[in-house]
Amino acid sequence: MSPSLLIPLLADVAVAEDPATRFIRLLTVFLLAMWVGFEVITKVPQRLHTPLTSGSNAISGITAVGAIVVAGAMATRFGSLLGLLAVVLAMINVVGGFVVTHRMLEMFNPKKK
Amino acid sequence: MSSQAWINLAYLAASMLFIVAFKLMTGPRTAVKGNYLGAAGMAIALIAACCEGPVVERLRAVGSGGLVTVGIAAAIGSAIGAAMALKYPMTGMPQMVALLNGFGGAASALVAGAELWNMTAAAKSDAPAVAQLAATNLAPWTQFAIATALTGLIGAVTFWGSFVAFAKLEELPRFKQAWTNPNRHWINLGLAVVTLLLIWGLCVYPRSVLLYWLLVIVGSVLGCTLTMPIGGADMPVVICLLNSYSGLAAAAAGFVIDNSVLVIAGSLVGASGLILTAIMCKAMNRSLVGVLFGGLGTTTAANADDVYAGKVKSASAEEIAMVLEGASRVVIVPGYGLAVAQAQHAVRELANALEKRGTTVEYAIHPVAGRMPGHMNVLLAEADIPYEKLREMDDINPTFPETDVVIVIGANDVVNPAARTDPKSPIAGMPILDVDKARTVVVVKRSLSPGFAGIPNPLFAADNTLMYFADGKKAILELTAALQKS
Repeated sequence: MSPSLLIPLLADVAVAEDPATRFIRLLTVFLLAMWVGFEVITKVPQRLHTPLTSGSNAISGITAVGAIVVAGAMATRFGSLLGLLAVVLAMINVVGGFVVTHRMLEMFNPKKK
Repeated sequence: MSSQAWINLAYLAASMLFIVAFKLMTGPRTAVKGNYLGAAGMAIALIAACCEGPVVERLRAVGSGGLVTVGIAAAIGSAIGAAMALKYPMTGMPQMVALLNGFGGAASALVAGAELWNMTAAAKSDAPAVAQLAATNLAPWTQFAIATALTGLIGAVTFWGSFVAFAKLEELPRFKQAWTNPNRHWINLGLAVVTLLLIWGLCVYPRSVLLYWLLVIVGSVLGCTLTMPIGGADMPVVICLLNSYSGLAAAAAGFVIDNSVLVIAGSLVGASGLILTAIMCKAMNRSLVGVLFGGLGTTTAANADDVYAGKVKSASAEEIAMVLEGASRVVIVPGYGLAVAQAQHAVRELANALEKRGTTVEYAIHPVAGRMPGHMNVLLAEADIPYEKLREMDDINPTFPETDVVIVIGANDVVNPAARTDPKSPIAGMPILDVDKARTVVVVKRSLSPGFAGIPNPLFAADNTLMYFADGKKAILELTAALQKS
């Protein structure tokens, strides 16, 4: 693996930010998003709990973003292989989740025939 | 603005769309739109991911081969996902969700594994700048090390836990019985200690790829041993918890690759799963620790023979039809048995027949009825039963004294009055549907066998209860026929 190929892998890390600062930044985002999640989701009624579960399940497939970046960068052969496998699995999660949620929600609404 | 700034802006837009999507999930009419917005957010995030620096640089260096491969992988995944989602019957939703969930968890663990592999490779690079940056990341006790360890662990637990949950819900023969090895707590404790040691090890030696995969293996075993002892009726809690884990795994992966959209979406899902877990536990009056490690104590359960002796009245379809004829208000209580018997359409027929006679028909849904949160709602909605008629427990409980007939189909523990009356019962204090307060209760059940809690139900022996021993679907069809004849 030639070094020039490894530089882009680290391109986004190259920003002058020490690891501790980055950790605090992400932790801030994490805690605030958790808070928003709690606030919004406590208002979902019981009858929609199944679509909520499957819908949020689809969103947890967001890890596909990470998989695409890791696989697309092709920094190492083994890393890309893992990344590609992750892309497949995450996309099953994403597409399956959204489609199944849609199917369920369609049933909740009076048929437009 | 740099291209990275545009990408981050796209991630921000995607995150906002996710939050709005969750917000719209609060109403059945807006939820469809919410789902579309969620999908749109996902599409934006995925496109932005393809424009990330490393991907584009690679594209420039060696052509489009890499991105095309990624595209093919994504297409394969999407096709499998769509096929699964369209093919699976509605009664199998809990399994389906469990399975999808597991794939998400596994993907997160793979992303972290790949990133760790790349980073250790970069640390050996001849280019001083690259090696220097990798070395900073791979220093002991950095965010990178901790997050990588957690992603691997949570991802592995999610995947294998979901797989076991799927196998249990599909009732695969090997997984049907809960695993009740008396040593299981020690096994789990041992695995937990090994897990903590491995996490510690990975934090001290972040370059050790071996430690990471060992952690994934131990997490896999832990995912199995934690899920296998959990029985069918506790499945709603497990599904919620695994859902939460898959979100947390994605959030942790976001820490590994320094990506805020992963952190935001992951923590939203994590929060949603945790809330549902809490709701499910509350609906069973049990603690999360009790569900995960307890199993139900059956020591103080009343003897079945004492409860039922000579007091159980069995009725025929014609007799029940006669009772239903005179009723002005009927409430139907569905349980998991309804899903097993696939009786939702038959129930709809019965309700139609009753409504034609001017009877009011409503449905009482216990929060943990079925195998996943809201399971009964989905099932009845499939049979075109309007959701206004599906009423939640607290809402419908006060109306039972004015209800002429309650028909319980495939539900047991959620209508067991022992929860209210017998403080020694294993389910004491669990909120139940007060169906025993109705004038007549018709229980459709195959036999007097106990429900998940393994305790007899005094409701079956009550003066105002009529038992109808038959398969749920057949029983309802016969009732409907008898009602239409009279």
